[in-house]
Amino acid sequence: MENQSIITIEKLVKRFPMGKDSFTALKNINLKFGTGEFTGLIGPSGSGKTTLLNILGSLDVPTEGTVHVLGKSIGKLSTKEAAQLRKESLGFIFQSYNLLVVHTVFENVEFPLLLLKYSKSVRYKMVMDALEWVGLTEKVHSKPPQLSGGECQRVAIARAMVKKPSLVLADEPTANLDAVNSHHILKTMETLNRELNTTFIFATHDEKVISYLRRKIYLLDGRVDKDEIITPQKSVAQ
Amino acid sequence: MKLAIKLAYRNLIGAGLRTWLNVIVLSFSFVVIIWLKGIMSGWDYQAKTDMTNWEIGGGQYWQENYDPLDPFTLLDSHAPIPAELQPEIDAGGVVPMLIVQGTIFPEGRMQAVNIKGIKPDQKIFKIPTQKLDTATDAIPAVIGAMMARNSRLKIGDLLTLRWRDANSTFDAADIVIVDIFSSNVPAAELSQVYMALDKLQEMMLLPDEATTLTFGESKENRSEISGWTLKTKAMLTKQVDEMIKTKSAGQTILFAILLLLAMLAIFDTQVLSIFRRQKEIGTYIALGYTRGQVVGLFTVEGTMHAVLAAIVSMIYGMPFLLWQAKVGWTMPVDASEFGMAMAQTLYPVYSIGLVASTVIVVTLTTAVVSYLPSRKIAKMNPTEALRGKLQ
Repeated sequence: MENQSIITIEKLVKRFPMGKDSFTALKNINLKFGTGEFTGLIGPSGSGKTTLLNILGSLDVPTEGTVHVLGKSIGKLSTKEAAQLRKESLGFIFQSYNLLVVHTVFENVEFPLLLLKYSKSVRYKMVMDALEWVGLTEKVHSKPPQLSGGECQRVAIARAMVKKPSLVLADEPTANLDAVNSHHILKTMETLNRELNTTFIFATHDEKVISYLRRKIYLLDGRVDKDEIITPQKSVAQ
Repeated sequence: MKLAIKLAYRNLIGAGLRTWLNVIVLSFSFVVIIWLKGIMSGWDYQAKTDMTNWEIGGGQYWQENYDPLDPFTLLDSHAPIPAELQPEIDAGGVVPMLIVQGTIFPEGRMQAVNIKGIKPDQKIFKIPTQKLDTATDAIPAVIGAMMARNSRLKIGDLLTLRWRDANSTFDAADIVIVDIFSSNVPAAELSQVYMALDKLQEMMLLPDEATTLTFGESKENRSEISGWTLKTKAMLTKQVDEMIKTKSAGQTILFAILLLLAMLAIFDTQVLSIFRRQKEIGTYIALGYTRGQVVGLFTVEGTMHAVLAAIVSMIYGMPFLLWQAKVGWTMPVDASEFGMAMAQTLYPVYSIGLVASTVIVVTLTTAVVSYLPSRKIAKMNPTEALRGKLQ
């Protein structure tokens, strides 16, 4: 299940201008990710995990090196092509949920499908399915301010998963949640990963998230410090 | 586009009070602009209709020396009525009018007037000329309400009229006011005394002569007649058009101020929206929108204020505008002092073109004002926007 490579990173360098100088956030990163992975980019603040996630999500471009996501070279994509990639194949989950506050739960989850121009009946079915995955069918007409943090993040997961993307990028998804909600969210994502064979890549330093990962990539000062694949036995041991 | 409209609508409705405040301000602009433009259209319509009914008919032939702005020309502004028009005159399609100068002495005061000889049985003007057939010892005369008010004359008043005939001999006779009409047309009323054409021709020793020949609406493309100048209705109402144009230009400044106030509110809302909703902008981009599409979304959102304002305007503006069209707007000052055809009460006239052009202009202006601040989004870094970092 996890053998087909969907992301290839070669000699990736990312620099940000800082006045007259520049700050190098990522230094010579070489990685490959396969289909159905449940992987984490782990590291302290400033280690470059969010920068890497942004590049994988085609929200940013490499300064040097190449990044291929689902066969597309991120650095060579036009704005429109990058948007197309995100729209069709990527799902995002953010630390602060980033839900559209004036929209209902249904409308938030429906949004990616509207962009993909699905018919109303198909949208309805897909949204309800997604809400069922995360256990929020009863909150379909609620708006984000009426939901708890855990519920908001479950809506965000449903929104990321509703179009059944090949890749979901989650940036500190449990940072604003308590332990119970964190585990609930992680269990949901793990289930979806297994059932839909979607690749999940997390940027995190949360131990709760780390305990669920099947592959752990430790970043330190913009470099890959350790790339650890957890075998089932090891996972059980954990 | 459909999606942008759908999202913009959701966002606007979701924004609640802020949206409705903007919409109400903008709808106020809609209603005021349509009302004021309607008043101008109403005035234009009323002025031309009144001039047609009381002063110019469907157009005129002027004796070639006649210049209404130069009283000295009246002495020579008369000529025999052209024979080719006689059948039309007999049928009532053309009304000859002889205009000469005279002096009346109301309450012992001397007042210069134009004496207008007109056929009592004419049907082109609304002037009650049939009253000129009244049998009295004095010469029956009809005057307008503005003149009656200024000269303090009323029906039944007897006064002396002095004139100078074709041989330059002064003569005088008594006239009696048999009717007073109200027309809204100062040129038809102020210092004008109407009497029977035959009588005036006899007094002036100018049998079968006239100064103007007014025709009804029916015949267009009239031919030139030697010794007479053709004045079409468009030429005779040109002054009204120019006056309305001048007034409209003045109104445009008021419209601009109204729109400016509304647009300031929209602009402010847009700037605030982009400032406050950076995370949302980042989210749209992350979910698959291009920055251009987000600019489009925010522009549509701003523009939709105008659409909602048009709907709100219909709710409270339409009853107001229809009520105004029925009861009119009475001016607080005496309209007769304005020197042109203007009723004391103006009835606004709204055309589909007027409403449509107002809606289009306001909507386009709103679109431009919404777009200007939205351009900032195109320069945003989506990763910074996602974090809600100010850019």
